Parts: sequence; structure tokens; C-alpha cells
Amino acid sequence: MSQLVFDPSKVMDIDYTQRTEYLEGLEAIKAAHKVLKEITYAPSLPDKGYTNRTLYVNVGTHEITEKPVTQQMKDVFIGGRGFGLYHLWNAVKPTTRWNDPENEIVISPGPVAGITQYAGTGKSLVVSLSPQTDIPIDSNVGGFYGPLLKFSGFDALELQGKSDKDIILFIDGVKGIIRIEEAPTDPVDSHVLAEVLTHMYAENEKDLPNISVVSTGAAAEHSLIGMLNFSFYDRRRKCVRFKQAGRGGIGTVFRDKRIRALVVRGPKVAGDLNHPADPETIAKTGIKYHKEIRENDGTQCMMRRNGTAHIVEIMDAYDLLPVHNFQFGSHPDVHKIDSSYWQQRCTQHTVDGCWYGCSMACAKGADGLVLRTGPYKGHMVTVDGPEYENAAGLGSNCGVFDPDYLLELNFYCDTYGICTITYGTLTAFVMECYQRGILNKERTGGLEMTWGNAEADLEMMHQMARGEGFGKIAGLGVKKMKEHFIKNGWGDPQLINDIGMENKGLEYSQYMSKESLAQQGGYALTNKGPQHDEAWLIFMDMVNKQLPTFEDKAEALYYFPLFRTWFGLNGFCKLPWNDVVPADNASQPEPHKVPEHVQNYVDLFSATTGIKITKEDLILQSAKVYNFQRVFNIRMGKGLRLHDAAPYRSLGPVTKEEYESRAERYDQQIVTEMGLDPAGKTTEEKMALHREWRTGRFSKLMDSVYTRRGWTLDGVPTLERLKELGLDAFPEVVDVVKQHLS
Amino acid sequence: MILVNEEPLGWHEGMTVRDILRARNYRFPMLVIHVNEVLVPKKDYDTTLVPDGAAVKVIHLISGG
Repeated sequence: MSQLVFDPSKVMDIDYTQRTEYLEGLEAIKAAHKVLKEITYAPSLPDKGYTNRTLYVNVGTHEITEKPVTQQMKDVFIGGRGFGLYHLWNAVKPTTRWNDPENEIVISPGPVAGITQYAGTGKSLVVSLSPQTDIPIDSNVGGFYGPLLKFSGFDALELQGKSDKDIILFIDGVKGIIRIEEAPTDPVDSHVLAEVLTHMYAENEKDLPNISVVSTGAAAEHSLIGMLNFSFYDRRRKCVRFKQAGRGGIGTVFRDKRIRALVVRGPKVAGDLNHPADPETIAKTGIKYHKEIRENDGTQCMMRRNGTAHIVEIMDAYDLLPVHNFQFGSHPDVHKIDSSYWQQRCTQHTVDGCWYGCSMACAKGADGLVLRTGPYKGHMVTVDGPEYENAAGLGSNCGVFDPDYLLELNFYCDTYGICTITYGTLTAFVMECYQRGILNKERTGGLEMTWGNAEADLEMMHQMARGEGFGKIAGLGVKKMKEHFIKNGWGDPQLINDIGMENKGLEYSQYMSKESLAQQGGYALTNKGPQHDEAWLIFMDMVNKQLPTFEDKAEALYYFPLFRTWFGLNGFCKLPWNDVVPADNASQPEPHKVPEHVQNYVDLFSATTGIKITKEDLILQSAKVYNFQRVFNIRMGKGLRLHDAAPYRSLGPVTKEEYESRAERYDQQIVTEMGLDPAGKTTEEKMALHREWRTGRFSKLMDSVYTRRGWTLDGVPTLERLKELGLDAFPEVVDVVKQHLS
Repeated sequence: MILVNEEPLGWHEGMTVRDILRARNYRFPMLVIHVNEVLVPKKDYDTTLVPDGAAVKVIHLISGG
């Protein structure tokens, strides 16, 4: 086992303050702004984590009102994703679709968000009806907007309606002003727009870090896969950087509402703005954790050097890195885009937290990239990342192993407002369709979508941003592309459905689940679609053999999605939970849960809100919101067993090449799992046996998981389960469920 | 012969925990290793001998995302 050692002598010597600037036209852009509505309000800081009010803005009618946060909201929904789902439920009808005026975008940071004493406490959750899935999507994002929104006086922001002009919503949490401004000449793409707006709304240079901008880019206007960039000002680089609310097309909803940007100007951040009930416990817990990172990170995941990209080579070593649309799990060229390279390419010795006080500091940046294509060709830019998902999705899954092209893809995804995970998976699908003749040059309008062709890949993205050509079709996402290809008779429908890696309409994130049944459930048995933020069980299941029975897998698929949900209720980042662990973690009874960190979270919640909870209460809090979200899905016409179906590529080998790349393993499974002899059988016959066995056990897993979650075998929460969770207090929720219980 | 996460692995005289990690290409840095139910500290991977017939658990902590 080789442990990567950081070699400072190999770090590239790039001046991280150098980049193309975009402020020249700022005054003219500002002069073109026209105030459409302005109100004054009384800013306030939170008390025990809550400001106890939310802000409602209708961008169509220009209504701006405050709503109280009720005790019931806090008790049942906690904050963050919970508040988002609560507001969205009240805003929409079962017939509402993503582009109806009543659809909302809700941003809520959660009660613990904004503290600066513990790592990873600047997160917001963004909730909306997704253009890709037609059900609520929730996306977890860093950056400064959520905490500054709260320190300006609001636990959540609800955006409803549709404007007929491009507008900016500005909240000045210092002066107590909320303004809707027409923004007719503002830049379109995030890296330009956010830089301009940050300088436009800051009162002086010292004020720059107190501004945060939410924006998207050109591709969000022409695709269903738009995301939102949440900015944070990097004092050392002297530039605006981003974290992304990526999944599910919320950026598309944002532009459909004609919102150009949200801007908040908050008070100068200090350690006591959240006014916790017990600041001493928060400080003590934070000091203990910072010491742990300082002492242990260098011999564990090296997050401070590599960020999440530290697992590129690890996933490759375990046959889990998606290669060529999830066909294979490793590739000989991975060393070109693994963490030993990113360590050199990303700027070190700078502050890389996306919120104050995050000593994990994983928000790496690659400076000095000179773009080779597109509207910003020749510009020098800083790229936020690459994160693991970007390296795997834009890189190995598409066969792109040129790191500069990978960075350029990453950059354009960000500035155009495209989810990198979605783009990686849909491009991999396009490339495999090209390989198998489902697509050809004529059907792609001349794009040669061969594996690793980064130039064609980038051109498809530029087309997406222009709303032209095949890029526009690709921007519909995998689910709608599958329908389009099948409708046109462009290939075998079963093959197209098998290899198109989407579930519920959302593209899979970048892990191979074929050899881990628990992870197949971790992806498909989710509320929003196959995102790894509910359960990542591959090591426990496939490598450690800790989940031998269906009941074991179901228990893991009960606990971990609820545990992970809790981060999004409170404003936490997941990474500090398990990307560094205490020195004595190995001697704990359940080391994979990182029990000391679980206790930290319990302590932080209790110390913030003054409400004493246990680790069991933590799971109960999540279960209320998780089951509410499941019922919400059902209310929207989805959320049943049939909607949890997984594409076969996520369960097993679709093609001969896949089977033969792991023939020894698969042949052995025919013997040990099916009790048959593979000798004398053709690959096709063996593949058929696997399909029957693998789909059968996935169906059995569904039964086990639904039962453990207190749902019917059709995936509907039972009335008993709703009652246990106190959700029977909501008659509408009960009514939805009753319609599906015989 | 030893069992590593319930799968057989050939044993040789002088085999250490580190040898098992190399043989299995276990590169993840956060592992919890037990040999015959005895926890092996990380600092002892190079020196801890694994007896023939041992049951070895190499627990990888959760990663990803």
C-alpha cells in the first residue's frame, strides 16, 4: 500500500493572483439597473440558530413578505432541506410542473449553519421541483450565501413567480433593504457576473467578503441541467470563487423565472453571530476537531492538499472508478488525473475553505489555466476544483485523461451553469451511443463523440450554452435523450435503456455500483435520484463484507440515508464527518460510523439550539423529513416502487466487453451464487444468467429496504410509520398516503 | 492459507499485515485491521506477523461523496 507523500518541490509555480478581469464595464452595467421594487426591513441576527422568520419574494408580482417560523416547523422540519420541502409543499399542487409560476426555489441554511468554530458549517440546501425528475430536488451547497442570508435576518428565502425581465434580488442585511432590480445588460456567465456583482454591491474593498452572489450561466437557459453557483470571496486570490448546487436542474428553474442573480450583503462575519445557547461547548468541540485535522489529515485522506480528488486513484485501485460510461472500473491513464497530479496543479499554501473556520479546507483551486476553446478562449482563469466527481465524471467516465482539458470542461460547466456530475454522465452516455452506432456524425451534427475527444466534448458544451445543435438535445439529460433516440429508431431500445445511467430522471454520480448490491440501493432507493449523498456503502458491502444479508443491507440503507439527511437539515458539510477520523476511531465499536464525530454533531445541535438531543434523536429528526419527502414524491405522481427502478448498467454487465473484463469474478458468481456450472456456456448465456440473478436480488433488496423503512412493498410509508413520526399532524400528508394503501 | 474479509489468500512464512495490503492492493488510507479479532494499530502494519490460518478483517471506513 503506497501512501502519497506531498512533495512541495513539485508544486507548479503559478501566481494565483493573476487572471483575466471583467470589471471594465461595471459602471455602465450598474447604470442600466432599474429598481422595480424596494422595501426596508429590520435586520436581525439569529437567536439559538434561528432568526424565526423567512423571506418570501414573488419575482413576478414583486410581492416581498416575511413569514414567521413556527415551533412546528422547527420541531418537524428543523431547517435547511426540511424548511425547503415544507415551503415547497405549501407552494405547489400535485399538477405543478417545474416551469409553472408557483414552483419555488427555496434556499435555507439550517440552525447550525454559520458558526465558525467547527469545520464544514456553511452549507445551504436548495429545494425546487426539478425539470429532470418532476419531483422535489434538494442540493447541498457551500459558499457564503446561506449563512449571510441568515445573518441578514432570514432562515430561508422562498422565490416564487416568473419575471418578464431579467432581475436581480438584492438583500442588504446591514442597511435593511430588499430590492428587486431589472438587470438588462448584466453578464450571463457566472465567473464574469459574480465578479461584477460582488464589486458592484460591496461598499469598499473590505466589504467584498461580505457579499455573496447566487448565479448560473448561459447553458441553464437552454438545457434542463442548469445548476446554481454560490460565491465566496477569496481574499488571497482576490477573486470570487464558487461552490455549486448542482443536481436536478435548479439553475434551469432560476433562469426560467428570469432571475439573473441573487445578491446578499451581510454583516462582517464573527464567531458569535449565530448566538448559540452554549457557546463554550461549540468552541470546545471545534478546538478538539481542528486539532484532529491538524494531526491526522496528513496520514489519512490529505483533504487539505488534495480535496475530494484524493480518491481518484483509490477508486481506480478498487475497480470503482467509472470508465467509459460505467463499463469499467479502472484505466491505465488514471495517473494523469489522480491526486498526485492535482497536488502539483492546485495552488497550495492558501486558504481553501468555502466557509469561515473550515480547517478541512478542501475547496482546492487550479490557477492560471489559459482556455483553449469557447467564448473565453485565451482568458486566464481560476478553476474551482477539480472535485473527485469532476475528475471522474468529466475525466475517466468519458475517457478524457488530459488534465488541462479536464480543467477546461470543469471551468465551462461552472461558468455556463451546468452540473458537472450530470454533464459527465450524459456525455459518457453519448460517447457510448456513438461507439455502438446509436449515434453517428450525422446524428450529432458533425460532433465526433469518441472516447476521450475533449474538443468535441467541449464543442457540445458550447452548443448547449448557445442552445444549438446536438448540444441542445444533450442538455435534456439522459432520460429524455433515451426517449429521443428510441423514438427516432436509432438503436435497440433495451440497450439504450440499459446503458443510460439515470434513475427518476437524474443522472448517476460517479461510482461503480455493479459489484455492490447495497450501493445499487444507495443510488436507486433515494428520494431525489442517484446521488451519493444518501449512502455510500461500497466499501462496507463489497470490500469489507460487513453486510452479508439482505437485512444487513437494509439496515445500512435505513441508517445512513437518515444520518446523511441530517447534515442538510442543519447546514453541515458531510466531509468533516468521515474524511478525517480521531486517532482512536479504530478501537470504537462501530468505527465506520465515526462515533466521536456523531457525538460532536449531537453536541453542536444541542449547544446551538438549547434542545438536548441524543444520537437516536438525530435519526428521528431526519426520518420525519425523509418520509415527508417520500410522500411529497408520491403526491407529485412519482415516489413508488416502479420509480425506484435502476438501469441495468448500475446492476450488472450489459455488454460482452464488460462481462469479459471481469469474467473470472462473474463466472465464479455463477458457481457460488447460482449453483450452476459456467463451463460450456457462451458469454451471452452467462450474461443472461447474471441479469436474472442480479435483477432478482435487487427486487429482494427493495422489499427488505422498504420493510425496514416502514413502507409498503410499493414504497409507500404506512400510516403507522407516519404516526410514529408525528407526520399524521398533517392531514394532507395522510391523504396522499391513504390513496395508495389498499 | 488465511482469510481476508472472508476470502482466501495464500500465506507465507513471515507474512505481515503490510504484505496483505500489498497483495490485495488495499490503498485506502483509513483502515481498521483485526487479525484473529485483535486490533492492529496502523504503526504496527509492517511488523505484525500474520499466522497461518488467521482470520483477518480489513475494514475500510466509508469514503465517497
